[in-house]
Amino acid sequence: MYPEHLHYTREHEWARIENGRVRVGITQFAAERLSDVVFIELPAPGSTVKQLQPFGVIESVKAVSDLYAPVSGTVAEVNPVLAERPELINKDPYGDGWMLVVELSNPAELQELMSADEYRRLIGDGEA
Amino acid sequence: MSSQTEILRRTSLHSTHLHHGARIVPFAGWEMPVQYTGIIEEHQAVRSRAGLFDVSHMGEIVVEGPRALPLLRRLVTNDVAQLEVGRGLYTPMCYPNGGIVDDLTIFRVAPARYLLVVNAATTAKDLAWVEDHRGGATVRDISREMALVALQGPAAPRILSALTTAPLNELRAFDAIPKVNIAGRRVFLSRSGYTGEDGFEIGPAWDDAPAIWGALLEAGAADGLVPVGLGARDTLRLEAGFMLYGNDIDETTSPLEAPLGWTVKWEKGDFIGRETLARQREQGPTRKLVGLTVEGRAVARQGYPLRREGRPVGAVTSGTFSPTLQVNIALGYVPRDLAAVGAELEVEVRGHAVPVRVTRLPFYRARK
Repeated sequence: MYPEHLHYTREHEWARIENGRVRVGITQFAAERLSDVVFIELPAPGSTVKQLQPFGVIESVKAVSDLYAPVSGTVAEVNPVLAERPELINKDPYGDGWMLVVELSNPAELQELMSADEYRRLIGDGEA
Repeated sequence: MSSQTEILRRTSLHSTHLHHGARIVPFAGWEMPVQYTGIIEEHQAVRSRAGLFDVSHMGEIVVEGPRALPLLRRLVTNDVAQLEVGRGLYTPMCYPNGGIVDDLTIFRVAPARYLLVVNAATTAKDLAWVEDHRGGATVRDISREMALVALQGPAAPRILSALTTAPLNELRAFDAIPKVNIAGRRVFLSRSGYTGEDGFEIGPAWDDAPAIWGALLEAGAADGLVPVGLGARDTLRLEAGFMLYGNDIDETTSPLEAPLGWTVKWEKGDFIGRETLARQREQGPTRKLVGLTVEGRAVARQGYPLRREGRPVGAVTSGTFSPTLQVNIALGYVPRDLAAVGAELEVEVRGHAVPVRVTRLPFYRARK
């Protein structure tokens, strides 16, 4: 449920390092808590995001939540499919439900993120 | 929202919900299931097949005796005198200033006995209000003795008919059978609900609810009956255009501002709030609660400002994505001159103006 090779934030986003860029999404725990995502608001490519600052908004039937950037940098790509199919975030949070690819501005920030083990402890055993 | 220190109450179905894998949340002082498998999935089950809800958190108050009818005629805006035994109605209960104490259903369960089904969050307030005006009627809070489950959806009659010999097809909407056998238990039964679908509300003794629940799920398995949480209860009622007390109506709104004018029976004589409401009717209420269809995918939520060409005109009271219509829908108060169907407004969603259009209620009506 919480892949070892990802980095995690306390706000339930994951970050995956891909050739110096970072792909970003939310964890399965967050996707299950939200359930039934109906809308997502993401920044435009070229805009900047700042570590642990809100970069977007996710809405489920019940609630609206901010999304927090795991790293600072420039948005290189935005998942174009989510606008029409936000439910992919529930179905495949680590795959088709990805949100952004960020061009890292400060690789040292990755040290601030949690390992899979630390994240599992944060959410209590990994069982949502 | 509840604080950590508040002691939350549990219905007799609590462990059943945990067994079904429900996500439990604090609601109106209770631990209640918000969802089992997912709000949209549960919503669609009710629209297309059937769903089973635990609504035991709702309050039940019995008013009885020779003074019961005059008391209720005075307390609520609808006319209880029209009820034959075995009939019920929906009504607001107002303060003298026309504000709403609560909205409730009242069933006449015996010649001089009425059952009031009230909102969970307002049960104590309602009870105090009714008792304050009691004037010789007997008032009993039976909320802890009576559970309540709702079986809702087009398959509800077929499912229930397997568990009772009661003449279900003779029951019209808001008909009730005060004492009837279902799955071997004595229950209160009414053809009513809060989803916009056909269905029943079943009131067993508190500790009999798990047996009734289990029997219904078993009888309904072939029809695809599933347990449904409060999340889908809210999306279902909003599509059906039903008011939610605390969101859409409260002590600061009147039945004439809300689309509940049909529940105010002027011809019956005096009732609490009449004077204020009559004045409001004469002058026309300054604002109206309307249905809104929202452009785009962002949900217009409670409290979001409504504007007309940038000028603030009101606020959203309830909003959701509609699983049936696949659009965003909302309710909100707007000035009377902007309340006509088709009027174009904006809702402010996180700093953006999103177009909304006043839409006829209900958003959804079940096919007969």
